[in-house]
Formats: sequence, C-alpha cells, structure tokens
Amino acid sequence: MRRLAPGVLVMAVLALIVGAAFSGLLRESSGLEPGALWDDIYLRRVVGFTVWQALLSTLLSLGLALPVARALARRQRFPGRTLLLRLLGLPLVVPTIVAVFGIVAIYGQTGLMNRLAAGLGIEPVQYLYGLGGILIAHVFFNLPLAVRLLLPVWQSVPGESWRLVAQLGMSSRDILRLVEWPMLRPLLPQVATLVFMLCFTSFAVVLTLGGGPASTTIEVAIYQALRFDFDLGKATLLALLQLICCALLVAAVQAMGKHYPVDPTEGRVQSRPDLGDVPGRLFDFACIALVLVSTLLPLGAVVTSGLAGPVAEVLADRQLWASAELSLGIALMSSALAVLAGVGILITSRELRINRRRTGLAEATELCGSLILVIPPLVLGTGFFIALRPLVDVFTWSPLLIVIVNALMGLPYVIRVLGPPMTRVTQQHDRLCASLGIGGWDRVRMVEWPLLRQPVGLSLALCAALSTGDLGVVALFGSQDVSTLPLLLYQRLAGYQMGEAAVTALFLLTLSLMLFGGIERVIGGRARA
Amino acid sequence: MRLLTVTLLFLLCHPLHAAEPPTLTVYTYSSFTVDWGPGPAIKAAFEAECECRLEYVATDDGVALLSRIRLEGKDAKADVVLGLDTNLIAEARATGLFAPHGVITESLPVPGGWSDAVFLPYDYGYFAFVYDSTVLTAPPGSLQALVDGPSEQKILIQDPRTSTPGLGLLLWIRKVFGDDAGTVWEKLAPRILTVSKGWSEAYGLFLKGEAPLVLSYTTSPAYHLIAEGEGKYAAAAFDEGHYLQIEVAAKLASSPNPELADRFLAFVLSQGFQTHIPTGNWMYPVVELESGLPDGFETLVSPAIALSFTPEEVARNRKEWVQEWLTALSR
Repeated sequence: MRRLAPGVLVMAVLALIVGAAFSGLLRESSGLEPGALWDDIYLRRVVGFTVWQALLSTLLSLGLALPVARALARRQRFPGRTLLLRLLGLPLVVPTIVAVFGIVAIYGQTGLMNRLAAGLGIEPVQYLYGLGGILIAHVFFNLPLAVRLLLPVWQSVPGESWRLVAQLGMSSRDILRLVEWPMLRPLLPQVATLVFMLCFTSFAVVLTLGGGPASTTIEVAIYQALRFDFDLGKATLLALLQLICCALLVAAVQAMGKHYPVDPTEGRVQSRPDLGDVPGRLFDFACIALVLVSTLLPLGAVVTSGLAGPVAEVLADRQLWASAELSLGIALMSSALAVLAGVGILITSRELRINRRRTGLAEATELCGSLILVIPPLVLGTGFFIALRPLVDVFTWSPLLIVIVNALMGLPYVIRVLGPPMTRVTQQHDRLCASLGIGGWDRVRMVEWPLLRQPVGLSLALCAALSTGDLGVVALFGSQDVSTLPLLLYQRLAGYQMGEAAVTALFLLTLSLMLFGGIERVIGGRARA
Repeated sequence: MRLLTVTLLFLLCHPLHAAEPPTLTVYTYSSFTVDWGPGPAIKAAFEAECECRLEYVATDDGVALLSRIRLEGKDAKADVVLGLDTNLIAEARATGLFAPHGVITESLPVPGGWSDAVFLPYDYGYFAFVYDSTVLTAPPGSLQALVDGPSEQKILIQDPRTSTPGLGLLLWIRKVFGDDAGTVWEKLAPRILTVSKGWSEAYGLFLKGEAPLVLSYTTSPAYHLIAEGEGKYAAAAFDEGHYLQIEVAAKLASSPNPELADRFLAFVLSQGFQTHIPTGNWMYPVVELESGLPDGFETLVSPAIALSFTPEEVARNRKEWVQEWLTALSR
C-alpha cells in the first residue's frame, strides 16, 4: 500500500489544482453554451486543422528522430557529440517568437536558403508561410526533443544481446529488426503523444507561420475567448474540448503501444559489430547533419543576430540580471517540484504495472499526469487567480504560482524520461532487494539512485530549460518587481528594441545551455548518454 | 500596564506611520513601465510634487489590463488604470467599476475632440502601413491602392482577435469601405504574407525583410530616426485618412486614495507627464508641449483625416466584423 500512496497523493494535488482552476473559471463565467460551440462551423474546421497539423508534425518529427537517434547511438565518439546533445535541449528553451525569427532567418523570403539559391541563380521561392512553415517550426522544436527522449533506449539494450549479435554476425538491418526495434516500439507511443500534445497546443507559431486565420488551432480560440471577449465560460469549454480531443487521441495511441519488455540484465554500452561499413557510416553522418541543419541553423541565426546587437549595453542592464536571477530560481524550483511529482506518480504506476499487473490503471495514471500539458497556462493561471483571490494576495504569491504552473508543464517530460528506467529498476532489482532485505532509504541510496541519477538529471535539465524559456503565466501575474527573462525579451520587442531583444535571446540561450549542462553533470554524473 | 504598552506601541509606530507617504497604485501595461518607457520619468515627476509614492502594476497590454480589472472587480488594489484604448472603452464602462475624472477636456487638441467624463485621453496615434523606402520606392497612396496593388508585393498584418493594431485595421477597412469590407478583405487576401498574433511578430518579420509593408503606427519611423539614427523607414500616407487610436486613463470607483487619484489624472495632462510621451511611448501627446514635439516628428505623416468609430459602435459590431474577416480570409 505504501507504494501506492505517493502517486495517489500527487494525483490528488493535481486534481485539486486543476479543479480549483476550472471551478474558479466557471464561478465567474456567465454560463456555458456547449450547443453554440457545436454549431460553430469555423470552430469545427479549426479542430480539424489542429488535429491534422499536429498529426503531420508528430509523424515528421518522429520519422526523422528515429534515424537521427540511431545514428547518434551508433556513433558514440565524434568531436562535439556531448555539446551537440546539450544543444538539442535548447529549442525547448527558445521563446516561440525568437524561434520564429530564427526560422525566418533561414527559410524566409530573404533567408539563408533563398540567398543560397539566389547564389546558384535560382529564383527565391516563398514556401515558409503555410503548412510548410508550421511543419518546419514544429520539427525544429520537436525533432531534438524526440531524439533526446529516444536515445537512452540504446543504453538499455542488454550486454548479452550485443555479444549474441556479434557471435551471429548479424547485419545492421537484422540488428534494427531484432534488437533495436523491439526496444524502441514500446517507447514510441509515449514520445509520440508528448510531441503530439505540444503541436496540438502550439499557438503563436501556427498563427504567424501559418499564413492566416485558415491555419488556426483551438489554442487561438481559447486565447481570444479569454483575452478579447472575456468569455470565461467559452474559454473553459474550449479548454475542455482540447483536453478531451487530446485524451482520446492519446489513449488511442497508447492502446496501440506494447508494454515495457522485461529484460534480464543491466544494459551496458557494448561496441556493436555493424559500425564499419561505409554506406552505414555515410547514412549516420547524413542523419547527424540533418539534425545539425534543422536545429542548429535557426539557433545559429539567433546567436548571430544576438552578437550583432548592443551586447555590452544589454549586459550592463541591471534588469537583465534581476530577471535572470528570478528565471533561474523559478527554473530550479519548478524542475525540482516537477521531478518530485513525477517520481511520485511513477512509483505508483510501476507498482501497479509490475507487482499488481494492472497495466491499464498504470497507464491511465501516467496519462493524467501528462494531460496537464494541454490545459493552456493562461486558462490555468486565470482560474487560479479567481480561485485564490478571496483567500490570499495573488500578486505577493505570484512567483510561487509561476513555479507551480511551470512544474505542471514539466511533469509530462519527467514521466516520459523517468518512466522506462524506473520500471526497469523495479523489474530487475525488486526481488533482489526483497531477498536481501534492502528497503527504505537504503534502497534509494544503494539501488535506485545510482541507476536513475542520469535520467533524473536529464529530466531536471529538460524541465529547468523549459521553465527558463517559458513566458507562461508571468505576464498574467506580472507586477513591476516580477520579471523573467522571456518577459523582458517580449517587453524589449514591444518597445521597438529588436537589437536589445536579440541580445537578450542570446543571453537566455547561453544561460539555459549552462543550466542544462550543469544539471546534467552534477545530478547525472559523468556523461554517458 | 496595558495603557503603558499601548502608549509605547503608539509612540513606536506613530513616527514611522507619519513618515510613510500614501501610495498611489497605477495599473498599466508593461511597455509603459519598463526602463526605456515613459513610466519611470513620469513616476519621478509625480512623486516630486505629490508627497506620495507612485507604484505601477504592469500587465501585457491594454486588453490584459481590462481582463485584470474585471477579474479583480471591486477588490482591485488600483487607484488608476492607464492604458486602455478607445476600442475597449465601451466594455470597460459596462463593468461599472470606473468613476468620473472631473477634468475639463473640451479644449484638448485630440483629433475629433474629447468629451468622455470617465475616460481621460493621455496620448494618441494613427495606424499606418510602414515601409522601407530603400526597398519600396512607390508605396501605395491609399487603402484602395493597397487593396488593388500587386499580389507579389506582400504585407504583414496582425490578427484582430489577438492584437490591437489588428483590430485597428479591421475597423479602418470597415470605416472606409462599409459593407463592402468583406469583399475588400477577399481581394486583399493574396497580398497578405501572414497574420501574426501580435505587433512584435509582424514588425520583427518586417525588419528582417520578409515583406515590404507592415501594419504599425505613423509614429514608428520616429523611433528608427530618433533612437537609431536610421531614416529609411516611412509610413505610407493614405488619402482616405488613417484610423485613430486614443489611449485613456481612468479612476477606479473603489480607489483607496480618491484625492490622490484625481491629482494624478490632472497631472496626466500636465507637461511633466506629456513631455515623456513622444519618445517614451512613441505616440502623440494630448496637449501642446512647451518644448514642442521632438526633432524628427516633423518628418512623420500627419493624417488630414482621422477615422474612428465610437466605442459603442465597436462594442456592438466587433464580433460580427471579426467573423466577416475570418470568413473572407479562410476561403
């Protein structure tokens, strides 16, 4: 029973938070009209488009991430590999507007691609604004994320398998079919649902690169209902609609996935026999080059425009450092909170899955933790605001509220990253621990921590990065004293200060990279990924 | 004994209490309060004469400001709200949370004059299409020319559902073309490169050279000229006139410091406030400045005709007009 308690507790807190937010919204709303929503033809088209673009984006991101992750797993040693892996954490951090500018600098009318084409005497083409632009942007954000989530799979391939592979002299194709694919398959629905939810709720990217109101997501409608129309009832209904759409699709995808395989030994990285051949080598490096181009070029554009701006002046700005301090504090606290909550949920779900054989219930538990992602922060924030206003001074508590909302947003990542290794630890060591009588703190210190510190480090780093770059609800609860780096960046942009904004973006990137690297190294131990 | 304690406490607290000046809380949007905005200088100027503290609480923009007031209702800590615009007035008035400002506004040189007893104007500007004169040598001279122009010459606009300038263009086209607005939008559609969430996205894309024309303000070129020394940006003057945006401040009926709030509203129309508007908010002041407008403002387009709907007309028709826009652009 003790092993079920943490997850139940976390779920109760989640339910309380989400429930409080929604009940707050409903209390202030002038009534719900689900019928009116159903009759809205435009909205029906919006829902259709939202699902369509999210599906395409997910397929494309994952389809590309698989060969890229495999290439990175096969090539354990090449100069800059560790740095490249850290850089892959960065697109998460980049505020959407900065990413849009970076993407435009590469793929826009006067972007790098068109300038290269012009150099070759090809007429510049406009291909960015429309579905193409949405997909390019979503691949930019999600391909690196998917790669980072898939990469640990290769580590969990048992050492015996590699020895067997070597003995049998298997070809690269056989290894993929018989060794790698069975390990990857159970993870794919997990990663796919995360990417899908991220694309489903994408907002500013879809509007700006989508070319017009024909490409809109439900999130835009929620924003409009909440901000311009101040129709809290409609905003709530739309948020619920979004939640239901995602829950159905995610449940469908997860039902297709198989459960984690039981593997007998601990994974150890072994040299694999299929690394020598030239075509394989070329293909791997082509894949790595692809991720370099799709991720690093737009990031590079952000860096270049940052360096071209008034660097010294921006760095001398007191407000920049104050914001950086607050952003860091929020990032560290919210990532710790997210990991804590995630571990709570996962302790319960793995107990359900393995020792009690209640796989469906386990998956449902994890799903609930993930679905938080599709509740727009603006909706959560507004709901909180209304719910808490009679009780406390919301603005005094705003940093704490930001931490909570950011932690909620990080929870799905924690579940994706920590879920598989935590399940594996239980599968491999539960009986041993029981027979040796290792329990409680000793078990955490001697068994769990050494095996899990690396994924814990990765999930902390991802959450911290996510939180650093998130504008989230800061803008809603903002006051003069509470300003984070993304908020400062938006304020610069709103005040014509494009150069200063570019420097701030570069600063934000650098800070996140250091934070990401720092957390991974300190918590995760020596680099092994 | 109790008396002694009370006396001691009183003596301890009283000097502190007397030294603590009253605090006026102003809700506004963040581009007003940031270091490079007009807020800090205005705060210093007001505090120098009011023997009080002025504190800003900042939200995203004018729309968020109104949401915030609605959410807080009568418990709002604010004395004054500064940063709503003409298109939000009707909805703000309907909340019944605001009190008359008591300032005489008849003689204010705001285009079209001003007579609202609750909302007090503090600056104004005109929407316009801004272009790079080194790229575009023959900018359109009217909305009609913009609509009829070549579709390969793209424009960047904002979404009226999420952005104030976006709504401004919607009203502008509605004002000029009336019931033909829907057809006009359909005709304009192929010229639109993209419709962004907010002003910052569209303007950023414009500065990166994605399109030769962007929806902004007639005063935008002044920023580039004065703050950056860059003279190549200009606003296209349109024959039909330009749509007017007036930003307003108002006192909350629940203000904890009503006298101080009145003093601040009177201060809004003084030189100490208005001199910081042109190069702080990049808008026009609502009174004649003793020092005149800053150098560079004389180069701006100054529209002969200021177009506007009344706040009530906007409130009544906004949803329908946005729907018309959606239908036209979703084809």
